[in-house]
Amino acid sequence: MSEQATATHTISVLVDNEAGVLARVIGLFSGRGYNIDSLTVAEVDQSAHMSRITIVTSGTPQVIEQIKAQLGRLVPVHRVVDLTVECESVERELALVKVSGKGEARVEALRLSEAFRARVVDATPESFVFEITGNSEKIDAFIELMTPLGLQEASRTGAAALARGPEPM
Amino acid sequence: MEKQINGAKIVLQALRDNGVQHIFGYPGGAVLPIYDELFQQEDIEHILVRHEQGATHAAEGYARSSGKCGVVLVTSGPGATNAVTGLTDALMDSIPMVCITGQVPTHLIGADAFQEADTVGITRACTKHNYLVKDVNDLARVMHEAFYVATTGRPGPVVVDIPKDVQFAMGNYLKPTAVKHKSYQPKVKGDMEAINAAVDLIANAKKPVFYTGGGVINSGPQASQLLREFVKLTGYPITSTLMGLGSYPSADKQWLGMLGMHGTYEANLAMHDCDVMINIGARFDDRITGALDKFSPDSKKIHIDIDPSSINKNVVVDVPIVGDVAHVLEDMLRVYKSRAVTPDKKALSSWWKEIEGWRDRNCLAYRKDDKAIKPQYAVERLYELTKGPDTFITTEVGQHQMWAAQYYRFEDPNRWMTSGGLGTMGYGIPAAVGVQVANPKGLVIDIAGEASAMMTMQELSTAVQHRLPIKIFILNNEYMGMVRQWQELLHGGRYSNSYSEALPDFVKLAEAYGATGIRAEKPSELDDAIKRMVDTDGPVIFDCIVTKEENCFPMIPSGAAHNDMLLADDQGLEVEVSDEGKALV
Repeated sequence: MSEQATATHTISVLVDNEAGVLARVIGLFSGRGYNIDSLTVAEVDQSAHMSRITIVTSGTPQVIEQIKAQLGRLVPVHRVVDLTVECESVERELALVKVSGKGEARVEALRLSEAFRARVVDATPESFVFEITGNSEKIDAFIELMTPLGLQEASRTGAAALARGPEPM
Repeated sequence: MEKQINGAKIVLQALRDNGVQHIFGYPGGAVLPIYDELFQQEDIEHILVRHEQGATHAAEGYARSSGKCGVVLVTSGPGATNAVTGLTDALMDSIPMVCITGQVPTHLIGADAFQEADTVGITRACTKHNYLVKDVNDLARVMHEAFYVATTGRPGPVVVDIPKDVQFAMGNYLKPTAVKHKSYQPKVKGDMEAINAAVDLIANAKKPVFYTGGGVINSGPQASQLLREFVKLTGYPITSTLMGLGSYPSADKQWLGMLGMHGTYEANLAMHDCDVMINIGARFDDRITGALDKFSPDSKKIHIDIDPSSINKNVVVDVPIVGDVAHVLEDMLRVYKSRAVTPDKKALSSWWKEIEGWRDRNCLAYRKDDKAIKPQYAVERLYELTKGPDTFITTEVGQHQMWAAQYYRFEDPNRWMTSGGLGTMGYGIPAAVGVQVANPKGLVIDIAGEASAMMTMQELSTAVQHRLPIKIFILNNEYMGMVRQWQELLHGGRYSNSYSEALPDFVKLAEAYGATGIRAEKPSELDDAIKRMVDTDGPVIFDCIVTKEENCFPMIPSGAAHNDMLLADDQGLEVEVSDEGKALV
């Protein structure tokens, strides 16, 4: 089993938006030793009090199957879908990236941000806060490029994801 | 609009409407309103324990011996934290339980109030589900839901945490209606395609074995009946886990005994060499499989389990069937019969011949002694003198538990209560209390070790108070025997802290509690002493002085495979355990 290759999966979980539901999900991951690369959660249907939790995790196929089954047996969980294997999906993450600098570095940062279609949401004579949206790899790349140009800090949302096509999951 | 009642009355009404007749509990500040309601009614009997852990194990014993849901009532803070061990035990062994905990009033939650603990936080990982009820108008629904979740699907413990102000608040009571939970809908019917595939494998097997577990018992008496029918129809051998004992009669020829770390030679070798394994309601626990990479290497595996997360968790199987054992077996039997298949007689008879060869090793044989009582002999005699359909056995955890599993024999389900998954020392006495409450006419015996029994000995007081004539049969070897055995095998015989120092005189202890104490020290006096115990009309501590350094065999050393068992004749040999194995528990 341990010889199987690990892979990254994005798992979408629809849950009742009730007290403690996020703690149940996180506790399951920590208690059973699964990885969480990123996790996002927010209410997506106010009238039905439903939230969507999007978890990016990694593991062998057997571990991923276990994660799905373990999530599925939590009482407030309605649906669990592995967006990586069960369907085609789109995935986006948003990040705010603060870069400080003067002169050529500042100009270079602004130029690169345009190439990445990032937006300036705050500016001072010696800093920018960029807003960038894309898949996680794109954001990784942007942050890496900003590092020598005066990267101060970044805040990332983690991945949000949906299945492609006309149907809900 | 219905008349409003207070939260405590809602709790009592919900208990009644869910068929509850007995609850096990201990009062305290945060549950006083519920205790006040209990005082003013007679439908529900409350059994006052001496420690909240005792309440949970009693509820487990009650549930496992009756098929009903066990119910516990404890206060906030220490009441709830003391219940954690029993909740975890019930979770591991899939025992239906509803545990009501008091909580500090809602406005004090988070204030580090007196006897406040984050009960839902603490019990999240050791319950199937839990609730904190902040609004009295949610209380009836939550109570009904708690029983539904605890008793359906894979059963388990559910905590309902009720702040004291909610117990006083006035609200509406709702009757339990046919519950259809919006997200929790366990599947009981198995997939027919998978059942057909399983029947194909079973029908064409040359060296099959049924491997059955606690799921058969949890599924109910009908599951045991169907299992018996199926096993008889096929003529295949059957073994069972510790939790599954009693689902198939041990007197039957097709029964190979228990499998696993201290299972029989024939059961483990049949598991190792089989070509088709039919797992029914068992979960490939590490006590069963031994080394996973050497586990039954050449078999096709069928796995029936109601919990999808049990499938492919430890062992990858060929035909998974998610569903309730009784439902799946019913379908499977129907398909099997409709196809009019006949097992391969020739292959089967040579398979049985092989099995008989292993059986002839007589792996449970031990050297008899006419001066000192061997623990195995004590259990054998206990069995001979107490067997019957109304006898119920509980155990603690350790060597005595394994000897009880090996030498006591069970013909029916729900007669054997033991802490399998969690391995909780101290389970047996309170569990016996619960079993006796559920079966007032039964003969309830806790086969115990002296160390385990000391952990929850105070529940003898519960038994005396409630006139529950449980028998605590202590195999007293003055050691935490299984710890000592592992220290002998793995740690050079350095018996670090495993000697039961400063033991009480158990006969006097029994008398101090108002119970009866009996001691046996020689094989010649054992039978009479056991008969006296059975005839005593009240709780008994039986102090059975046994040989001190007996080891429990057969044994699969940790990290080893099924075909790498230690037998009793190997005693005294150097045991080779890999470093990897030593790191295992």
